[in-house]
Amino acid sequence: MTNETDEAPLSTTAERQIVVGAAGQTPGKDWVIVTRGLKREYDMGGEIVRALRGVSLAVRRNEYVAIMGPSGSGKSTLMNLIGCLDTPNEGEYWLNGQLVSSMKDDDLARVRNKEIGFVFQTFNLLPRASALHNVELPLVYAGISSAERKERAFEALKSVKLGDRVHHRPNELSGGQRQRVAIARALVNRPSILLADEPTGNLDSATSEEIMNVFESLADTGQTVIMVTHEPDIAAHARRVVVLRDGLIASDDRRERFAAKMGGH
Amino acid sequence: MPFFEAVRLALATIRVQKLKSFFTALGVCIGVMFLIAVVSIVDGMGRYMEEDLVGKLIAVNSFELRHRPNINIGDVDDATWREYARRGRILESDVEPVVAALPAGTRWSMYSEASLMVESQYSRPRRAQITAIGGDYFRIKRLDVTAGRLFTPGEISQGSSVVVIGPDLMKRLFPTVDALGRQVKIGGKFYTVVGIGESQGSAFGMSFDNYVYAPFRSPVHRLLNAQSNAIDAVVVQTEAAEALVEAQESVRAVMRGRHQLRPSQKDDFSLQTADTALEFWNKIRGYLVLAGVALPAFGLVVGAIVIMNIMLVAVAERTHEIGIRKALGAKRRDIMIQFLIEASTLSTLGAALGIAAGAGLALLIREVSPMPTYVAPWSIGVGVLIGAGVGILSGVYPASRASLLDPVAALRQE
Repeated sequence: MTNETDEAPLSTTAERQIVVGAAGQTPGKDWVIVTRGLKREYDMGGEIVRALRGVSLAVRRNEYVAIMGPSGSGKSTLMNLIGCLDTPNEGEYWLNGQLVSSMKDDDLARVRNKEIGFVFQTFNLLPRASALHNVELPLVYAGISSAERKERAFEALKSVKLGDRVHHRPNELSGGQRQRVAIARALVNRPSILLADEPTGNLDSATSEEIMNVFESLADTGQTVIMVTHEPDIAAHARRVVVLRDGLIASDDRRERFAAKMGGH
Repeated sequence: MPFFEAVRLALATIRVQKLKSFFTALGVCIGVMFLIAVVSIVDGMGRYMEEDLVGKLIAVNSFELRHRPNINIGDVDDATWREYARRGRILESDVEPVVAALPAGTRWSMYSEASLMVESQYSRPRRAQITAIGGDYFRIKRLDVTAGRLFTPGEISQGSSVVVIGPDLMKRLFPTVDALGRQVKIGGKFYTVVGIGESQGSAFGMSFDNYVYAPFRSPVHRLLNAQSNAIDAVVVQTEAAEALVEAQESVRAVMRGRHQLRPSQKDDFSLQTADTALEFWNKIRGYLVLAGVALPAFGLVVGAIVIMNIMLVAVAERTHEIGIRKALGAKRRDIMIQFLIEASTLSTLGAALGIAAGAGLALLIREVSPMPTYVAPWSIGVGVLIGAGVGILSGVYPASRASLLDPVAALRQE
């Protein structure tokens, strides 16, 4: 951390530069996410849209990072790549020491199951399933026995203070409760990263604050958190803020510096 | 996803939309229902033919020497009939040489029969099946009396005027009094009832218990054949099934010799076994089973297409759910299995309903018509397999489409 000065973007610090520059080499254990020159293009009816134009990013274990940017900046594309839902056209993506950028569908599915806990803006809970069953799902695909699944899902729900709502269906829960079910589901498989996509986008400000507090305490316990958002207020909860613009990293700052910049505007 | 988990999930999905699921599986249900019903009818008829009808008419390990077959199940063409009509009768004088040629330990009997009127002083005349018998007839047919006695060897050799009558005929001729020792009149001559025979059941609503047996040389045999020295049949029964062919060949050789047939000429008499009687039945049974399977198969094809369409709709409706599952780590296989099992669970439930309905239909047919039906256990197993098979076949395409969905695009769809 000594190399990371207050002035320069975090991505340009020497240590991170070395990690992202060592193409083809497995990053050290300390680095959960390392992307090297990540590019993603879409063919939209003959027109090539270059959503990501070379994103190099290194995230240490236990970091709490917000990825910000206006719509069209490529943040959703980056989030899909980080979440292993999509693969890049060019560049490397190392997640927890595995080169996932060249993996096939089923391997990606396994990585999503083991390494990533998703929290979505629209919660994405199965509407007909109870909170408990929703939280159980990642464990079903991990091939864990029914009894253990139930126990772990219950523990996860208790940890987000929903121990008394396990048999409720999503439509019987408030927005904040639904998002907490989603967080429990994201954490139940003990993933390397918690990946949240606009987690407060559908919540009022009080509930948003509540969810942010959950994230905060998760970060405190050492959980790596990546949060994609377009709201500076929400991004300011993270300890590091990466801003994307036109498919490239525009800035990469500690929270304090980001807040100062925001305050300046 | 484990198999059991997938079935549980499928049942939950089906439970949420009962009516839709029912209509989806209706095609398979109807297909299987007719399959079970038709197979039950064919099977029932088959068992009936083999066990009841032919089994009653032809004893175990036995054959009958006749001038032409008397059991003709199915069609006999004109040329064959004309050939039958030209044949000479089996004569009483044929019996001795035939019997002499039989291997040791072989039972034999001869008989002639006709349907004639019988009277008693307690009733008006009744029509009955009159059979004049010689040899070991009762033992071969495994027939015994419930009251009185069978004929003594003396009565048979002397041709005494005694009869054994069937239980139905007894009730008709002697409604109020004990028949034993009383007299019946056949063709103007009196016969004493010495025994009441056992019931032989019925077939297609026709009683086999309206019978009269008399010793062959009793006066009644003159009523049974216009040609007085002719007889209807010689029955030969061997101890073991293997000896039957040998006995048949001995009889064939004797009869060909007596009829002075050249080697190139065909037999002008018949050796009727249970197998020859069932030959035609076995032939049409194949066609019946084929038709019984082919027609419901069309229903099953339509049922499969319906399930496939509904599953395609389900995949489209549940794209978002598939996206969620994929995001949480479902592999292609997991999604594939989920939809395959859902399709086959649906289809198997439809088939189960079809089995129940088909078995019900078969029982109903048995109750209300003379058609004997039999629901074979194998047909139930086949029904279940068909249900699962149709579901898997119709689920493959929708399931593979679901499994190939791109998670990002699927998640975006609401």
